[in-house]
Amino acid sequence: MRSISYSKALSEALHEEMIRDESVFILGEDMGLMGSVFGLTKGFMTEFGAQRVIDTPISESGFTGMAVGAAIRGLRPVVELMYVDFATVCMDPIANQAAKMRYMTGGQINVPMVIRAPGGAGRRNAGQHSQSLESLFTHIPGLKVMAPGTPYDAKGMLKTAIRDDDPVIFIEHKILYAQKGEVPEEEYTIPMGKADLKRPGKDVTIITYSREVLFALEAARELEKEGIDAEVLDLRTLVPLDWEAIETSVKKTHRVVVVSEAVKRNGFASEISAQIMEGVFDYLDAPVKRVAAKNVVPPFSPPLEDCFFPGVKDIIEGVKEVIK
Amino acid sequence: MGIKQYGKEMALECYQKMSKIRQFELKAAELFMQGEMAGNIHTCVGQEASAVGACMALQKTDFITATHRGHGQCLAKGGKADLMMAELFGRVTGYCKGKGGSMHIVDIGVGMLGANGIVGAGIPIAAGSALASKIQKTDEVTLVFFGDAASNQGTFHEAINMASAWNLPCIFLCENNQYGVSVCIDRVCNVENIADRACAYNIPGKVVDGNDVFAVYEVVKEAAERARKGDGPTLIEAKTFRQRGHYEGDPQMYKTPEEIEEWNKRDPLPRIRTEILKARLAKKSELDSIDALASKEIEEAVEFAKNSPYPEVQDLTTEVYAVDNERSVIR
Ligand SMILES: Cc1ncc(C[n+]2csc(CCOP(=O)(O)OP(=O)(O)O)c2C)c(N)n1
Ligand SMILES: [Mg+2]
Repeated sequence: MRSISYSKALSEALHEEMIRDESVFILGEDMGLMGSVFGLTKGFMTEFGAQRVIDTPISESGFTGMAVGAAIRGLRPVVELMYVDFATVCMDPIANQAAKMRYMTGGQINVPMVIRAPGGAGRRNAGQHSQSLESLFTHIPGLKVMAPGTPYDAKGMLKTAIRDDDPVIFIEHKILYAQKGEVPEEEYTIPMGKADLKRPGKDVTIITYSREVLFALEAARELEKEGIDAEVLDLRTLVPLDWEAIETSVKKTHRVVVVSEAVKRNGFASEISAQIMEGVFDYLDAPVKRVAAKNVVPPFSPPLEDCFFPGVKDIIEGVKEVIK
Repeated sequence: MGIKQYGKEMALECYQKMSKIRQFELKAAELFMQGEMAGNIHTCVGQEASAVGACMALQKTDFITATHRGHGQCLAKGGKADLMMAELFGRVTGYCKGKGGSMHIVDIGVGMLGANGIVGAGIPIAAGSALASKIQKTDEVTLVFFGDAASNQGTFHEAINMASAWNLPCIFLCENNQYGVSVCIDRVCNVENIADRACAYNIPGKVVDGNDVFAVYEVVKEAAERARKGDGPTLIEAKTFRQRGHYEGDPQMYKTPEEIEEWNKRDPLPRIRTEILKARLAKKSELDSIDALASKEIEEAVEFAKNSPYPEVQDLTTEVYAVDNERSVIR
């Protein structure tokens, strides 16, 4: 099979959906002429015109709000926030408007919009450009939240997100953009809310998503050398959550490490841990372990950033703690 | 009005500051491209006159807020090249002990309240600083630097409205360098001048040649006097041009060769140099030795940065909170 980058996979998904459905359009900063700062929409403006690939001013609150307005009129806007950190400057259209409209109107309104935004640390972009903010969104009923970790998943999941009738926060990882992986030529989609068993194992389950999936797989390979057989479950979608996949895995391995790049306190790993304790406590042979970032601001200096968020070593340590 | 009215001392001070900023930026860009620095830097080559002209018109006790393109603004307000360079290198001796990096330089001591990674975020912060002066009945003025693109953020309109309604001692200085990343301001804003927006808030709006350091000085001086008297804010638009990429390594496909050439002719550094020489305020050799001194200072700043240690791992969890930090970070 051919191998393409995560950013190319996302670009193909956008391209195919724009051809498939005329109501899909893109808006965000530098999306048109420049083809996006990560090159995802190169050539789109020429192909689809400036009405469907819109270069916005630096007005996140305004254009995210406009996406909500266009969505309730039946279009399918795909907004890009250049960094997920900027969601905090346009939280009202996301949290009070898009998320709540269906419910508060007694189901009269669809809000079929996607907000794509790169998150994550590792590029030395410091505190305002390196956060993992998924739990801000998972905490708001009405939003769906996706966070792919591979090119294959990125493409299939973005297509699904665009076709979904609810607002979807689609969190990409900036370090993954250049990462390559197998992606078929043929069209495919990945169902919303379906986790993926990235590696079967019998001794312990590592539950994770986004970039940490790669670290978890590497940790699993290391652990194998020491005779520990780790299962890696990639959630892919955080809301809706694939509880069945979690339950099945826990009942099989009886030990769980939840890994997330977000800061530990109130992070999504805490939610997974709590649900496991509530749901399948009797199957556990050890307390659920969270491996997550420190409760601090992402620092700029490389040696500090390197110990801010969890890497392979931290995951291995976490696994050994629940195994001993 | 010619340059002569300002006298030799002031003319050379402007030149010295502009030369230092230019050399800081070119050196930082070079080191960045060599992989000596991590992350990202935004340089202000071509925009030195607006930062220097504005800060020359302020008093030491006045305040500024800076942008993501803020190295020059910080140096113009009296910030130190070595502490900033060390911060760009992520060293513990830097302004922010390596925790903030290029976009987050702060030097409260010289009245530099902070650069910012969030476009438009500095505008209300500056207005808030002006509010503090008003509440405390002190006479400092706060000047906010922001870009053309930042003027399309809600924060600009909200802050300027309040500053006007409450007569705050604030100067809104837009460095219109024509672009927000790849997007030319004309494509996303339907007024000819950003300063024209001042009429919506019933405050003075001034357009100034941002590459003419003395012209900037004049309008900011007038605005500062007005603000200090309690007559409220002014919106100033300094027309200028970003000579380098948005970030270092930006191929800049969105600019035309014609506009680059046109603006290169208006480069503020050769311009002030020629003016000084023409007015016979200094000899060429004097200007050369100012350049040499600035160059030496930047070289020393680089040495200082390179010889400084990185932060220690335990620094990761300090300074999140003023009180009860340890417990608040662990749990
Ligand atoms: C809220 C927010 N949106 C987007 C960005 C990404 N970004 C950084 S600088 C920039 C352009 C800013 O242009 P302008 O205000 O004109 O300043 P200039 O870069 O030209 O100095 C953008 C879009 C950001 N940092 N913050
Ligand atoms: Mg600009």
